[in-house]
Amino acid sequence: MIGPSLEVILPELILALYAMGGLLLAVYTAKDRVAKLLTWVTAAVFVALAVWIGTMQGVGVGFGGMFVADGFARFAKIGILLSAAAVLLMAVDYLERRDLLRFEYPMLVTLAVVGMMVMVSSGDLIILYMGLELQSLAAYVIAAIRRDSVKSTEAGLKYFVLGALSSGLLLYGISLVYGYAGTTLYAGVFTVAFGEMPLGLLFGLVFVMSGLAFKISAAPFHMWTPDVYEGAPTPVAAFFATAPKLAAMALLARVVWDAFGLAVADWTQVIALLSVLSMILGSVAAIGQRDIKRLMAYSSIGHMGYALIGLAAGTAFGVEAMLLYMAIYIAMNVGAFAFILLMERGGRPVPDIGALGGLARYEPVRAWSMLVLMFSMAGVPPFLGFFAKFVVLQAAVAADMVWLAVIGVVASVVGAFYYLRIVYLMFFGEEADELDRGGDAIQRVMLVGSAAVMVLGMISLLGVDDAAALAAAALIAG
Amino acid sequence: MATIILFAPLLGAIVCGFGWRAIGEAGAQWFATALMFLAAILSWAVYLTHDGVTQTLTLMTWIESGTMAADWSIRMDRLTATMLIVITTVSALVHLYSFGYMAHDENFREGESYRPRFFAYLSFFTFAMLMLVTGDNLVQIFFGWEGVGLASYLLIGFYFRKRSANAAAMKAFVVNRVGDFAFLLGIFAIYVVFDTVSLQAIFEAVPLARDETIRFLWTDWPALEVIAILLFGGAAGKSAQLLLHTWLPDAMEGPTPVSALIHAATMVTAGVFLLCRMSPIMEYADSAMVFVTVLGALTAFYAATVGLVQTDIKRVIAYSTCSQLGYMFVAAAVGVYSVAMFHLLTHAFFKALLFLGAGSVIHGMHHEQDMRNYGGLRRRMPLTFWAMMIGTLAITGVGVPLLYIGFPVGFAGFVSKDAIVESVFAAAQVEGAAHATFAFWALLVAATLTSFYSWRLMFLTFFGAPRGNAKTHEHAHESPWTMLVPLGVLSVGAVVAGMAFYKPYFGDHDAVAKHFGIPAHHAEAAEPPAEGAAVESDLAESDAEELTHALPGQGAIYMAPDNEVLDGAHHVPYWVKLSPFVAMLLGLVPAWLLYIRRPELPARIAAANRPIYLFLLNKWYFDEIYDFLFVRPALWLGRFFWKKGDGAAIDGTVNGVALGIVPFFTRLAGRAQSGYLFHYAFGMVIGIAALLTLMTLLG
Repeated sequence: MIGPSLEVILPELILALYAMGGLLLAVYTAKDRVAKLLTWVTAAVFVALAVWIGTMQGVGVGFGGMFVADGFARFAKIGILLSAAAVLLMAVDYLERRDLLRFEYPMLVTLAVVGMMVMVSSGDLIILYMGLELQSLAAYVIAAIRRDSVKSTEAGLKYFVLGALSSGLLLYGISLVYGYAGTTLYAGVFTVAFGEMPLGLLFGLVFVMSGLAFKISAAPFHMWTPDVYEGAPTPVAAFFATAPKLAAMALLARVVWDAFGLAVADWTQVIALLSVLSMILGSVAAIGQRDIKRLMAYSSIGHMGYALIGLAAGTAFGVEAMLLYMAIYIAMNVGAFAFILLMERGGRPVPDIGALGGLARYEPVRAWSMLVLMFSMAGVPPFLGFFAKFVVLQAAVAADMVWLAVIGVVASVVGAFYYLRIVYLMFFGEEADELDRGGDAIQRVMLVGSAAVMVLGMISLLGVDDAAALAAAALIAG
Repeated sequence: MATIILFAPLLGAIVCGFGWRAIGEAGAQWFATALMFLAAILSWAVYLTHDGVTQTLTLMTWIESGTMAADWSIRMDRLTATMLIVITTVSALVHLYSFGYMAHDENFREGESYRPRFFAYLSFFTFAMLMLVTGDNLVQIFFGWEGVGLASYLLIGFYFRKRSANAAAMKAFVVNRVGDFAFLLGIFAIYVVFDTVSLQAIFEAVPLARDETIRFLWTDWPALEVIAILLFGGAAGKSAQLLLHTWLPDAMEGPTPVSALIHAATMVTAGVFLLCRMSPIMEYADSAMVFVTVLGALTAFYAATVGLVQTDIKRVIAYSTCSQLGYMFVAAAVGVYSVAMFHLLTHAFFKALLFLGAGSVIHGMHHEQDMRNYGGLRRRMPLTFWAMMIGTLAITGVGVPLLYIGFPVGFAGFVSKDAIVESVFAAAQVEGAAHATFAFWALLVAATLTSFYSWRLMFLTFFGAPRGNAKTHEHAHESPWTMLVPLGVLSVGAVVAGMAFYKPYFGDHDAVAKHFGIPAHHAEAAEPPAEGAAVESDLAESDAEELTHALPGQGAIYMAPDNEVLDGAHHVPYWVKLSPFVAMLLGLVPAWLLYIRRPELPARIAAANRPIYLFLLNKWYFDEIYDFLFVRPALWLGRFFWKKGDGAAIDGTVNGVALGIVPFFTRLAGRAQSGYLFHYAFGMVIGIAALLTLMTLLG
């Protein structure tokens, strides 16, 4: 009876066991001395799992519908695993030099990843909550991993308290849905939530969406993001900006489609509102920032707004556009954070963007890669970021939401300012004291590789668009 | 071969313009010049071996969109071949000439490299001009048309440190844009009426389009007349005909080789070429041709009067060019396209010769251009003097009147100008051709004036006592061989071109027809084109004679069956044949009296007739009127849109948003981001409350 179900959650099971085993092993052996090795192994395990998941086919349903491993979940999981692996490797050098490379770090990331994988595969509100909390608790801890830094602890605490609030909202929503639908299974809610829904069910939907909006840092639930990004160590911020965003976004799509797929008109307006607020805030608020990490925080808020356009369209093409957007967003962010990790002077991080002045002169490769990434983020053709924006806008227009597309374009024009300002500073800015040259090889590879993807991707989108289309079809059909 | 002719100048321009650092300045110049000479030699080979049959060589597809199809292709017929020799010969000689003329130039600083750029522009111009004349469709012709406009702009403004040169370049460009706009509209109209831009297809369809109309401003206009007028608008801009002529005299700000190549021999004749090229349409647009005749005659007269009083040696020649172009337009307008091309050909030789001779004088006189400061230069520069003398003999039309030994005996201008005058007289014999009668007399008066100002130029420059700065005169010197060789070659052309080309361009009908590949009067010899069948059935109703006549599109030019001007021109009375020569004498005698015999007289005459003198000196006040009518309002409008529209409205909005509204919200967002947990939590609660309210209201 339980056998087939275990088979369905085998990847998550393996990863969970690996995390526990790794913890035990490290505690009883060399402790932090194996941390580096453990990080590499963890990254390798992530990649191996991603490859394995990539070869899977069909739809697996376990535990009476509570756990669904379909094409949509696989797409999200591959994204999560690969980006987590990339961010882990980027972090090694940074953490090692600050004596932060504890063996718990890769294990916590692994647990967070397990949580995320459970989230995107959830077929039940309780599973959703379980996965979300596993991910969140791990994230709270790594946000505060630099215990002796006030900022890091403050970031961890803020994240924790606000996360608790959002969990409360989420749970409240789940209980409302349960109360009015009589079940927590998505499939069960699906059969009830259509037509003129009871107000309680509607409220439940809004609460659930609000709880998830916190995780993707969509406005107005975004407040934690800049503070946490700024306070947490940069590799941790890089982690927050990538995998969890994809996981939460995929989870949001799964809930609204699998559980409320017959009430599309009800939730699209909420998502459209979140999207508009996020895009505008992400563009406008970032202009005043000189701290590149806070800037990236606002940037990610804005990007979530664009991704939500796809979801707000309420169509299969919209979901595909959202998935494509998220995949490209993650690829861009890995590169951008690699760049930020390289921003050091005398071994100390320099988050102020004024320090970039004249970078193009003495570090041309780094500057040109960042130029590509910034252009891509701003949505300048022909880089991949342009196509990301293009498909979501296309989805909005196809769904008769031209106004949303117009706001998106306007916001992207405003937002282009701060991306271009970074380019301006690197190439034409006032000469600042030189930043450290060279730097960690992995970070450089990530930076250049990410930029290369932005350029090469325009040829065929590297096939990601087809995968996203399959994933979206799997979600809507299921 | 045609391909080599076409692309050799382009290669020269590219290598010379971009590669001179690699091969050196002198190397680049020689490279471009050598390629030009190659093109010139090949052009003569093409011209001499051409059998008059139209050939088309497609290079590649350019535009393919619905029925709109335009290729890069070469249309090789007699018109093209004629233009080829004119363009490449003059261009090659001008390239050579520029070695000497551009060797030192105080408009550039020490060590500045301007020569390769100059040669690259010259070569580029030649390429664009060749594109224009080889075009097989109107779009390609327009490409060349704009290309030469660009090259002209660049070369007029070549002395970019001179304000006046920049202004002149801009003026030339803007005035040409007016003409180009008309040309574009003409192309559009042709596309609307004929649904194609390919020359051959247009020509073949012309008889069918005779009754087509274009509706504009609630009126039906005859389509072919409208097209002809629009095309003439383009031609008038490029060829500096009255109303659009103002740019040409100012264009003399460019270096003198440029004036010789572009503003005398080639580019300004593009308008004449266009009219001849589109002869099938022109033949069906009688009213438009009346207009062109009158305007051409007026231009010839107007420019000649202004030329009387100018003192800048290059400006005199520029007005003379303007005037001679008027002759060509009249010839084309009365239906003798071959004669228009004939004058174009001879004019290219003697006018380029005059310009290069003037350049030689200017070079020898250290860039002094005012004729009042010349005088007695005959001894200082004998070779230049003789070259200029030949050019003047040619332009004023010196020859042996009434002597005919298979061809008339005389300098180039004598033969071709006579041909025009006789043709116009013949055209005036038709009932109701008052315009041709007017043109005939206007051209005769213009010929008299031409003779006067040309001899005035000669007398002021080379005869009498030296005037002006004595030191300059002492240092006056003959030019180097690179400048004298072109003068010599062109002199030969100015002497023999008229006699040599008399027959195939004017001499007798059959020779002309053969030369231009027109299967005239022999329908059975003409292979009717595939589409010809339809044309023929359409024409079946018209009289039988028409069927035996060549159809439009057969041959390089088309002359309608009722067009008998060419034949009539050979049967004009003797006084008409004699009249241009008399006109020449009527100009020569007063010039000799005023500038050799009694040099103090001109000033007294000018003082006595001050209003007329000023009127002419100020070029009939065209510039002032245009300044008032167009330039100032346009500047005002431009300034209005710039300051109010662009500056206040657009920039104001953008700046207001970018510097006012967005930062305001940025500060607001920054304030909300206070760092206090309870603010954040409050924000979340407000947010969910707002969402719930929204859902309640909408759901």
